[in-house]
Amino acid sequence: MTTVSSQDLLAILPESLLVLTAILLIVADGLRRGRNWTGVLPVISVIGLVACGAAAIGNWGQGGTVFEGAVFTDGFSSFFATLFAIIGTLTVLFSPHYLKMRSMRLSEYYVVLILAVFGMMVMVKAANLLILFLGLETMSVALYVLAGFQRRDVKSAESGMKYLVMGAFSSGFLLYGIALLYAVVGSVSYADIGEYLSAGYKLGPMLVAGIALLLVGFAFKCAAVPFHFWSPDVYDGAPTTVTAFMSTGPKAAAFVALIRVFGIALEPASPLWATAVTWLAILTMTVGNVIALRQTSVKRMLAYSSIAHAGYLLVGVVAGTDAARVATAYYLAAYALMNLGAFAVIILINRRSDSGYAFDDLRGIGFAHPVLGITMSVFLLSLTGIPPTAGFFGKLYVFSAAVQQGHIALAVIGLLNSAVAAYYYLRVIVLMYMSRPEGDVVVEQPGIYRAALVVSSLIVLLIGMFPEQLLRVIALASP
Amino acid sequence: MLLSLCIALPALTAILLLFIPREQEQAARWLALAGTSATFIATLAVFAAFAPGEGAFQLVERISWIPSIGAEWHLGVDGISLFLVLLTSLLSVLCILGSWTNIRERIKEFHFFFLLLETGMIGVFLALDLFVFYVMWEVMLVPMFFLIGVWGGPRRVYATIKFFLFTMAGSVLMLVGILYVYFHTTDPATGLHTFNLLLATEQSQFPLAVQTWLFLAFAVAFAIKVPLFPFHTWLPDAHTEAPTAGSVILAGVLLKMGTYGFLRFCLPMFPGATVKFVPLISILAIVGILYGALMAMVQKDVKRLVAYSSVAHLGFVMLGTFALNLEGLSGSLLQQINHGISTGALFFLVGVIYDRRHTRMVGDYGGIAKVMPVYATLFMIIALSSVGLPGLNGFVGEFLILLGTFAYNSTYAVFGTAGIILAAVYLMWMYQRVFFGEIKHEENLKLKDVTPREALIIGVLVVLAIWIGVYPDPFLSRMQPSLELVLTRFQETGLSQVIVP
Repeated sequence: MTTVSSQDLLAILPESLLVLTAILLIVADGLRRGRNWTGVLPVISVIGLVACGAAAIGNWGQGGTVFEGAVFTDGFSSFFATLFAIIGTLTVLFSPHYLKMRSMRLSEYYVVLILAVFGMMVMVKAANLLILFLGLETMSVALYVLAGFQRRDVKSAESGMKYLVMGAFSSGFLLYGIALLYAVVGSVSYADIGEYLSAGYKLGPMLVAGIALLLVGFAFKCAAVPFHFWSPDVYDGAPTTVTAFMSTGPKAAAFVALIRVFGIALEPASPLWATAVTWLAILTMTVGNVIALRQTSVKRMLAYSSIAHAGYLLVGVVAGTDAARVATAYYLAAYALMNLGAFAVIILINRRSDSGYAFDDLRGIGFAHPVLGITMSVFLLSLTGIPPTAGFFGKLYVFSAAVQQGHIALAVIGLLNSAVAAYYYLRVIVLMYMSRPEGDVVVEQPGIYRAALVVSSLIVLLIGMFPEQLLRVIALASP
Repeated sequence: MLLSLCIALPALTAILLLFIPREQEQAARWLALAGTSATFIATLAVFAAFAPGEGAFQLVERISWIPSIGAEWHLGVDGISLFLVLLTSLLSVLCILGSWTNIRERIKEFHFFFLLLETGMIGVFLALDLFVFYVMWEVMLVPMFFLIGVWGGPRRVYATIKFFLFTMAGSVLMLVGILYVYFHTTDPATGLHTFNLLLATEQSQFPLAVQTWLFLAFAVAFAIKVPLFPFHTWLPDAHTEAPTAGSVILAGVLLKMGTYGFLRFCLPMFPGATVKFVPLISILAIVGILYGALMAMVQKDVKRLVAYSSVAHLGFVMLGTFALNLEGLSGSLLQQINHGISTGALFFLVGVIYDRRHTRMVGDYGGIAKVMPVYATLFMIIALSSVGLPGLNGFVGEFLILLGTFAYNSTYAVFGTAGIILAAVYLMWMYQRVFFGEIKHEENLKLKDVTPREALIIGVLVVLAIWIGVYPDPFLSRMQPSLELVLTRFQETGLSQVIVP
């Protein structure tokens, strides 16, 4: 008879708070109808996310597992739970303005967003493949809805549909892989899998196929080349706040799961998959960058560049050391801030829904709107990897882990790729500062929105200049 | 804390600038002038505190920065970096003065970026930690990108992107090299890997094959910055499109980071590979000397002419460095300073007529010595110093370089000498067409001679040119002990006899 202890419940307090928030949102939405409570939903969401973040920090440092080894309570999951709370909060802060602009007044937006965050948290806490799958599906279903949220917009509807089909497809791969692995090992727990493999495994078709299918499933979820083709269209079609969210939070969750499953549980079998992941990394960063070069829409450019960043992150998975895991975690945190920030700026600048985030809309923004110009430049320079920004340090740290493991060619390819990426990121800065706008550029900037931008860009600079504190936190948390 | 102060002062001034209201243009200029002057004074204090005759690093500062990866805020100055730092801070003051009237829009932002650039440049020369060095190296890219891209000429966007991408492509390879060195350097005090340059140099005992790769990883970044032929193509564009201050800094300081990098990193850390690459780099340097000179000869735009002459001059610097003997090295280091003075001054001088006529084409001038006698005189002195007339700075540097080169390969020296002759040809020919003859264009009849501000800027550089030309000892005596230390690396590894006859 399985019993649930109070310790078990305490460990999932952050997640429980999110579920509570979601319920509150639904209730508040019911009460709201007919009254003039426009801001109530985002406020509840922010309070819920902040509480969840606080609970995650409060839970820090317990270590071990609860629910009979099914759920991790280690620092790593606390770190990412906190990060997801931050990503969620920023997304909510950026949302009301965008929803108003696009006349999307469906209140379910916030509920679904919170549920997606919930799914992400479950993914990073999962200590066995089934809990992982549970989290992944919760997150994915929420994202399918969010991507297609702008129902009347053809692109958004298509985006939701495409995501649903592709997501279901990749879930199938993943589940099949889990099943095969279960057949070989006799357990879905990460710990048991690791134990089985390190005891000297027998190379059989089931094991190989299981790992391969699992890898393909993950590659789909992380949008790694050649399993990336769904992502640019989905990113492009989804409401921009959702794109910003999707390219940061769920991506981070997928990478954490990848690290836990491949980097740790399947590590003893690394000869079976290391080469494949190396090639995934090379293809992902190169293809992502090369296609990003040719985009005419900033949103699509950021979507492809997000693929390239997945490639850099895979380098960390290939390196596979403790330092590499810390590096990947740092990179994910830095990437979340800078990418969300960059998306937030283009949301403000692009007010006409028909222009499709053309590069030309950025003309002259830099000097006309210093706050937008400066924060955007910080985010872009960080994405490029120029010091002293968080993006630079993230890249340095990931690639240094690769060099340490002797993957020098991989590091060279990765860094040359960042030189290529400089071109398309710079293009934005060039337009902002070095070209004249057509007519006056008036951009409405809600105060809270601006504050969120300024704070995130300052954090990007500060954790780039003084990375030690964050590194220490992550190193303590490292799985 | 003196060295940190030199790095921090411009950055702090830049931050202060942000608080000045946009319309207070004059205040922004004065603040920038105050900031760069204070920095110059701080570097003079460094010079005063510097003990001549010692080769090791002085005024060393060491503070832990990112302990988990072993990066430290580690600074120091030796005979190699001393004058480059002084040159940087002096040229910065002059650049602010030189931009006083010709930068008319976004004044606050211009000075903001300029000051950030100065921080980066001084940081590069003072860094004794590979991590700090790389950060400073990259930090400079951004302000330079803006300085050319916002305040530059008509093709500024093309030029600035080209500049950025070339430099960035080079430096990412260097980063891999730095990381490799990092993982082979251990701090005995902590037992952890470290970016400490001194330890890295001391412990660098790589097999020749590894050295070769590492040398290349660093050398590509430096060669692009120098720029060594055939990595030079970004330079004429960047120089021509940059505003005067940008061109001065680009030629005066930024190019030196490449040659400095060779001296500071490639030679001492990879002596074996250095020796292996001597023929290749020497030949590329000679090609650069001749190619730069020939290209300069056919330019119709005076600024482009000066830009190509930089390619030739930097070829000399490289030739001297890779002579791997004391004469060559000290000539090359002195020539780096000389090039900063002479070419910096030439860019200022070109800026003077450009401000008046908004053209830099040789054909638009002619005979202006009659209306601008002081200007013509100053131009003549600087042109002669650039050509290498005895009694002026260029001569001392070129002489030492050729002496050093001759000692190990007389053929190279002969080709190098040919470059000097060509330099005289293109500069004097240009001078003749611009300054002598009849005034063909009516607009030139009313050209105003140099203002006191302009005369001050160029005058300072002329004084320096004459000083080094007549009495180079204060410079050489401070440089040589440190250069000798670089050369001992070759003796230790048993390579010196191969090179020095």
